[in-house]
Amino acid sequence: MMQGKLSLDPRLIEQARASARFVADDVQSYIDLHTTVAVERAVCRLLGIDSVNENDVPLPNVVVDSLLDRQCLGQGAAYYIGNAAAETGMCPQEIACAVARGELELTRLPQHGAEEIQQALRAPVQAALERIAGRRRRREQFIARHGGEKEGPWLYLIVATGNIYEDIVQARAAARQGADVIAVIRTTGQSLLDYVPYGATTEGFGGTYATQENFRLMRAALDEVGEQEGRYIRLCNYCSGLCMPEIAAMGALEGLDVMLNDALYGILFRDINMKRTIVDQYFSRVINGFAGVVINTGEDNYLTTADAVSEAHTVLASQFLNEQLALKAGLPEEQMGLGHAFEISPDIKNGFLFELAQAQMAREIFPRAPLKYMPPTKFMTGNIFRGHVQDALFNITTILTGQKIHLLGMMTEAIHTPFMSDRALSIENAQYIFTTMADLGSELEFKKDGIICTRAAEVLRKAADLLRGMEDLGLFQTLEKGVFADIKRPQDGGKGLSGVLPKLPGYINPLIDAMKGGAGA
Amino acid sequence: MSSGLYNVSKNDFDKTLDLRALRAYGDTMNDGKVQLSLTLPVKNDEKGAEAARVLARKMGISDPSVAHRQALDSEFTFYVVYGSCLHSVDYTAIRVQEVETETMEMEQVNEYIRRNIGRKVVVLGASTGTDAHTVGIDAIMNRKGFAGHYGLERYEMIEAYNLGSQVSNEEFVKKARELSADVLLVSQTVTQKDVHIQNLTELVELLEAEGLRSRVVLCCGGARISHELAKELGYDAGFGAGKYADDVATFAVTEMVARGMGKN
Repeated sequence: MMQGKLSLDPRLIEQARASARFVADDVQSYIDLHTTVAVERAVCRLLGIDSVNENDVPLPNVVVDSLLDRQCLGQGAAYYIGNAAAETGMCPQEIACAVARGELELTRLPQHGAEEIQQALRAPVQAALERIAGRRRRREQFIARHGGEKEGPWLYLIVATGNIYEDIVQARAAARQGADVIAVIRTTGQSLLDYVPYGATTEGFGGTYATQENFRLMRAALDEVGEQEGRYIRLCNYCSGLCMPEIAAMGALEGLDVMLNDALYGILFRDINMKRTIVDQYFSRVINGFAGVVINTGEDNYLTTADAVSEAHTVLASQFLNEQLALKAGLPEEQMGLGHAFEISPDIKNGFLFELAQAQMAREIFPRAPLKYMPPTKFMTGNIFRGHVQDALFNITTILTGQKIHLLGMMTEAIHTPFMSDRALSIENAQYIFTTMADLGSELEFKKDGIICTRAAEVLRKAADLLRGMEDLGLFQTLEKGVFADIKRPQDGGKGLSGVLPKLPGYINPLIDAMKGGAGA
Repeated sequence: MSSGLYNVSKNDFDKTLDLRALRAYGDTMNDGKVQLSLTLPVKNDEKGAEAARVLARKMGISDPSVAHRQALDSEFTFYVVYGSCLHSVDYTAIRVQEVETETMEMEQVNEYIRRNIGRKVVVLGASTGTDAHTVGIDAIMNRKGFAGHYGLERYEMIEAYNLGSQVSNEEFVKKARELSADVLLVSQTVTQKDVHIQNLTELVELLEAEGLRSRVVLCCGGARISHELAKELGYDAGFGAGKYADDVATFAVTEMVARGMGKN
């Protein structure tokens, strides 16, 4: 391990990581035996099934629900689609349309052998892999053509008008002002929909529907402005909620670059059933890993409910867990935007030193991860002038400690969704600090046994202890006890449990095998 | 700016404070100085700056000066404008509704409940409608509280239920009935295009339709909520920025007693 500035105990880091690995292994044994409606719908989408029936129900839902009704989904949607293809010679989209019209009953067809089914699936699986790999190549070539990857933090900005066409206007302006990543906030409540809406949308509250068409429209707009500006603008969306793997599939197909994709967020903050989320996050990360998508984890959210000083170790513990669960899905460290946030109360003496300690600690413990750093929100008051100073301190922390995905703070946080000018002022603030302090971090060392080193050591020790305790409890019981974000969730509570099914003998998901661990290059 | 530090032109306005004609204050009484920032969807040039000045004059700002302008995009420009606002207000004639209870601390509230109500008070809170933010309701309800004011979950004599965010009004009312809640707290943090007004009104209508309105103390809170707005919408109280769990608790329990919702 590289010699860090904090003199962290490498044995303690290894112990914490081993505990997290143990917990992840335990969870994986559950994941391997189960599938969900969302996983199977994602399989349908990757096999090429899209569009809606006459009642606006997405065809992946039509197919999966028909199998669910007949208690056959545990076999895997791919099995029945492959079987139907072998029997009829139709492609998956034609099969789905026939099911929607009531002309085809997938479970009543003559059964073909495993070999034949695999043969029938080969072309659609290959087509999906090639399309996603092509998207990935396109991104890599665009970046290479424009002088390579940007050094220093990526400026991450949010648009949230509810209307994809208005979002494009805002995103274009933000990109011209210097944004590197544009995130289109989803409409509130989408995470609890058990389907993905279809087509371009213009109505949303506090955000815009994540649909495949909206993804395509925004990616095209950013490509255009990226060409003009001479740099690649990344597009981010939310791979979370009840449709986690489907959103991953849609994003991979349309060339999204960054996805919010936390293993625990939905459980804690959207009351989604933990078994459902755990199974869903696995497949979504397999897809994101293959597509070269950088995931962002949501530890920062813990600090909106829990105290950033006393609960800092839960952030670190969760980062270890997210890392290990992502590795299980074949997602490389270079794509792990592990999250944390600048949320210590401004009234706390030396609070800024604690923020530096936490950020530097994450940097040293996860050296290859493009860390995602979130701005102050909890202590933003409506005093925009002080807010701008708080954001400046947050910007300083990023440049001193090498955070990568830097979500810009807005001085009007807690007042409204940002005005165009709020974004511009925020970018100006960050760029000023990143320029004037560009190499300050490499000039600084922290005093041995000083406040910052002591604080980091204490947080690491508590995180390691917490993870060791989890080895006995397991992840599910830990969540029941309310360890993360002070929120307790029962194992069989929350939304979406009825969509979790044990895999039946002969279950197939040819996409997991094809995507896992294999970069789509 | 044209005027400012070295301006020796005479300021021929009356510099004595008159509360019947209250004006904005910059650095001299009655100078009327205000600062304003805005964006116009036009390109950054002299014509745009003049448009910003004309707009400011229409707002009642005399001698508007564009201190700064910058392009946000090819067809969007940001302006910072200073000037003197011509308008004044009669401060003496203003009547504002405020929550007029002397705030008790946590232990005093507990003691007040023991003495005057004699059982635990059931408080149900949520961020309702499409609002995904829990910051507001958490600040009031979470055990840890906010800015040194413990949350309601810590109050011994309060049974607090925080339903979190994106709770529909229907679900909220159902839960209120189920738990026989005494106090309902609704939080609206950041909302788009004033949906919070519609949402808050809908809850009152629903409670009335269910015959529950008179049986609960109903409060709302959030950055954009004032007590006056809350009263107007049919709530018993509204809590904006700078209000904490103890303010809410004090109002709720005194209101319960005042309305005879005390001992069963």
